Amino acid sequence: MSEEIKLRNYHAQVWDEPLLMEKSVRGQRGILIPEAEADVKAAVGEAKGLIPSSMRRATPPDLPEMAQPQVLRHFTRLSQMTMGNDVSNDIGVGTCTMKYSPKVNEALCGLPQMADLHPYQDPSTVQGMLEIMYKTRDFLREISGMDEICFQPTSGGQAVYTAASIVRAYHRAKGEGGKRDQVITTIFSHPVDAACPATVGYEVITLMPDKDGYPDFEALKGALSDRTAALFITNPEDIGLYNPRIEEFVKLVHDVGGLCFTDQANANGVLGKARAADVGFDMCHFNLHKTFSSPHGGMGPGCGALAVKEHLAKFLPVPVVTREGKRYGLDYGRPDSIGKVRDFYGNAQVVLRTYAWIMSLGAKGLNEVAEIAVLNNNYLEKLLLAIPGVTESYGEGKVRLDQIRYSWEKLTEDTGVTSEDVERRMTDFGIQAYWLSHHPHVIPEPFTPEPSDSHSKEDIDEWAAVMKQISKEAYEDPEKVKSAPHRGITKAVDESAMLLHEKCMFTYKKYKKVKAGEK
Amino acid sequence: MSEQKTIVYPYIPNSVPATRSGMLEKTGVKAVEELYVGIPKKLRFKRPLKLPKPFLSELELKRHVSGILGKNKSCEEHLSFLGAGCYQHHVPSVVDTIINRGEFLTAYSGSNYSDMGRFQVMFEYVSMLTDLVGMEVAGYPVYDGSSSGGTALRMCARVTGRPEVLVPETVSPLRMKVIGNYCRNSEVKAIHRVSCNPDTGLIDLNDVKTKLTAKTAAVYLENPSYLGMIETQGQEVADLTHQNGSLFAVGVNPMSLGVLAPPGDYGADIVSGDTQPLGVHMNYGGGACGFVAVRDVEEHIAELPPLMVSIADLEGGEGFGFTLFAWAERLSYAARENAKEYTGTGTALWSTANAVYLALMGPQGMKDIGETILQKSHYAKKLLAGIPGVRMPFPSAHFNEFVVNFDDTGKTVSQINAALLKRKIFGGKDLSEEFPRLGQCALYCVSEIHTAKDLKRLAKVLKEVIA
Repeated sequence: MSEEIKLRNYHAQVWDEPLLMEKSVRGQRGILIPEAEADVKAAVGEAKGLIPSSMRRATPPDLPEMAQPQVLRHFTRLSQMTMGNDVSNDIGVGTCTMKYSPKVNEALCGLPQMADLHPYQDPSTVQGMLEIMYKTRDFLREISGMDEICFQPTSGGQAVYTAASIVRAYHRAKGEGGKRDQVITTIFSHPVDAACPATVGYEVITLMPDKDGYPDFEALKGALSDRTAALFITNPEDIGLYNPRIEEFVKLVHDVGGLCFTDQANANGVLGKARAADVGFDMCHFNLHKTFSSPHGGMGPGCGALAVKEHLAKFLPVPVVTREGKRYGLDYGRPDSIGKVRDFYGNAQVVLRTYAWIMSLGAKGLNEVAEIAVLNNNYLEKLLLAIPGVTESYGEGKVRLDQIRYSWEKLTEDTGVTSEDVERRMTDFGIQAYWLSHHPHVIPEPFTPEPSDSHSKEDIDEWAAVMKQISKEAYEDPEKVKSAPHRGITKAVDESAMLLHEKCMFTYKKYKKVKAGEK
Repeated sequence: MSEQKTIVYPYIPNSVPATRSGMLEKTGVKAVEELYVGIPKKLRFKRPLKLPKPFLSELELKRHVSGILGKNKSCEEHLSFLGAGCYQHHVPSVVDTIINRGEFLTAYSGSNYSDMGRFQVMFEYVSMLTDLVGMEVAGYPVYDGSSSGGTALRMCARVTGRPEVLVPETVSPLRMKVIGNYCRNSEVKAIHRVSCNPDTGLIDLNDVKTKLTAKTAAVYLENPSYLGMIETQGQEVADLTHQNGSLFAVGVNPMSLGVLAPPGDYGADIVSGDTQPLGVHMNYGGGACGFVAVRDVEEHIAELPPLMVSIADLEGGEGFGFTLFAWAERLSYAARENAKEYTGTGTALWSTANAVYLALMGPQGMKDIGETILQKSHYAKKLLAGIPGVRMPFPSAHFNEFVVNFDDTGKTVSQINAALLKRKIFGGKDLSEEFPRLGQCALYCVSEIHTAKDLKRLAKVLKEVIA
């Protein structure tokens, strides 16, 4: 790291913006609605008369009354109190693959030929949309090596849920639905890899890491039986290590009759470098809102594109996009399908962005994405491991791919400053708060940065410099870190009440009630 | 091989060769290839991906993609009467402006210290939505109207410890595919369908009575129903359900609630639905934004699967902040396989749109739009009923949608819609496969976007294509 990196003298925009409901002024209007024309009214009479009396709303909803500029200003101010990728350095948000979402793709999404399409339009009127879905399907088939792709799941979690539903349908079709009631996952796989199989009715067995950080191979052997329905595993896992024995894992599961799904939340570093199908997996997914650049939207809408091999294609949700000659269509007539996991066809606008992103890069560009993501991560590793208090868990001497789970355990032991303290302090430098780790925190005081392909060397240098500064502060003046943020949007929040029903305030009405009770 | 490239990608800052080589040097490796040593050689993908030649310039890319999109015919340039769960309404420009703010659009998990503004929006969305539907608590938005219905039913089964639910036969078969898959092998062991009165389309109370048993966890009702009818017996169903110790779940179109009674007013315990109508473009179905709302009952809140934002005090100071992981033990993030259900990335950007929309509309706007829709949809029904051969099978009151029967025209809905399409009209959703017993029926949807002239044009063209 060059020593001359100047840290930002940042200060958050603190608007001290009241709650929307407190800005209401009786009688103000934010937008007017066209009235029904005179001949319409003459023909049908008053609206009130069209509603059975028992079903008329008695009291109007308690919505704010505000003029348009005040509404705009309120939400614009709140946006300025939010650190999106467009404004902040979010290298810290690991496992989420924060990357640039090209603005040209947003412009394309805003066209009426995308935004104003109804899902039940005749297929002849949505040939462009279906073409994009079909061609993106082909791209992802090539990238994964799988045979069929489904865009209906709208998040990584929903893709994993769909995969778990397919596992259930597969074994039922073989007459083993009752017998095979266990799914195996690993502790460094995303929590949904455990939660989704449980949601569809499976008992979940979780493998812990061995001394090198890889899922314990002997534990897998011990867990396998004729009750095994499937393995759900993230690879590379959140600690950034590609499992060198992954092919053996898959083979062992197949040998007992189970299926294998790999969660590819961490696919960014392996695009064009290794394919799930070549390992032997039966299914995998991609988060199009992560790896393929669609914006995260503050938690969606996203798309968890599910990829399956031919023997599982018949179980996919309906409808499936088809092509005959040059005509695209939708096929609902699939008797073995699990049904549907969501209304309509998923988030088509996310598929459109994926198409545009891949078409802006091509094979060579995707290769560059993967290589730069891995290079960025390894470059950052060099900078971070030079900082007092930072350690890396597991995999000593191993080369990581797209991300690494580090630990501040030493810093905490030396200074009392925790990873959460650092998380608050970093926002004082205009850096997005980092992601610690999925639960449970197997690695103590964790943090998981992921410098993706769209972070520059300068971004990485700045991020590491902030970590270095906070470490320095922790050793010299720990209170400064513990009492952070100092230049942020808000002071530290009292989280102690969050487990108490009477103290949780999920709405404005409850908030008023609790506050009135306190007086 | 890749070291010899000359392309500098605008989205990849470190693709500048000098930067790349400088970073390699500092990392202590000669080539990126050395960083892939962790992947077994055998598993490495050895050829270039077979993908089309890219459009490297933004100009060419935009031309290419908009060229493909140009093959679509949108509801902007056609007159559309499609609804059936996805609705075309005017999206205020302020809504589009706000959700395209990069700070909101490109944020993700964040924290209450970096993203307080976003959490405040979520708190405001929940406050407005719950008031609109007559409930008291909700979490982050979920996927869509159907999966939120599935969650509502599973929650009821967990709360009551009972394994069966009752669902009216008018619920869309496609929604039942979502709910059916979500409930399979779950706390919900059986879904029984309740009959509806063939003359009115409204739920048959006698059949509800007959089918309620000690095993019934919930009765689910939609209002308006999938076929458009306003269900007037909500309170009666609620009473029967509660007398049986079961919970009453209602699926609702929130756009109707400026004028229609909210489910909370007729005894609902849990409300689900899709807020897409409230300021979200249809996006070919990608605008769906589900929600699940409950009353302020601890046992019910404890069963909600999504993240929940609570307003919170600040440590030693005036003002407020927000916290995201309220009751974290519910969540799959924290509890993995022991969570209530799975949760993950949902539809938060759309709930931001909902918040802006509801703030713009206010109580008067929601009332006005409800009234306009009611009047225009009834006017359309009246005009169509005057066409020879066209029948309205259900006399019941409706909100924005109504069923139109074409049996007496001798033509199928498919034929009629094809003829309408030639005249740049998207006819109503064909129901003949979903509800074959209704004959050749279509579900027509009318909203504030339709003018009297549009509706007269529909009637005129329909008359011509039927003749």
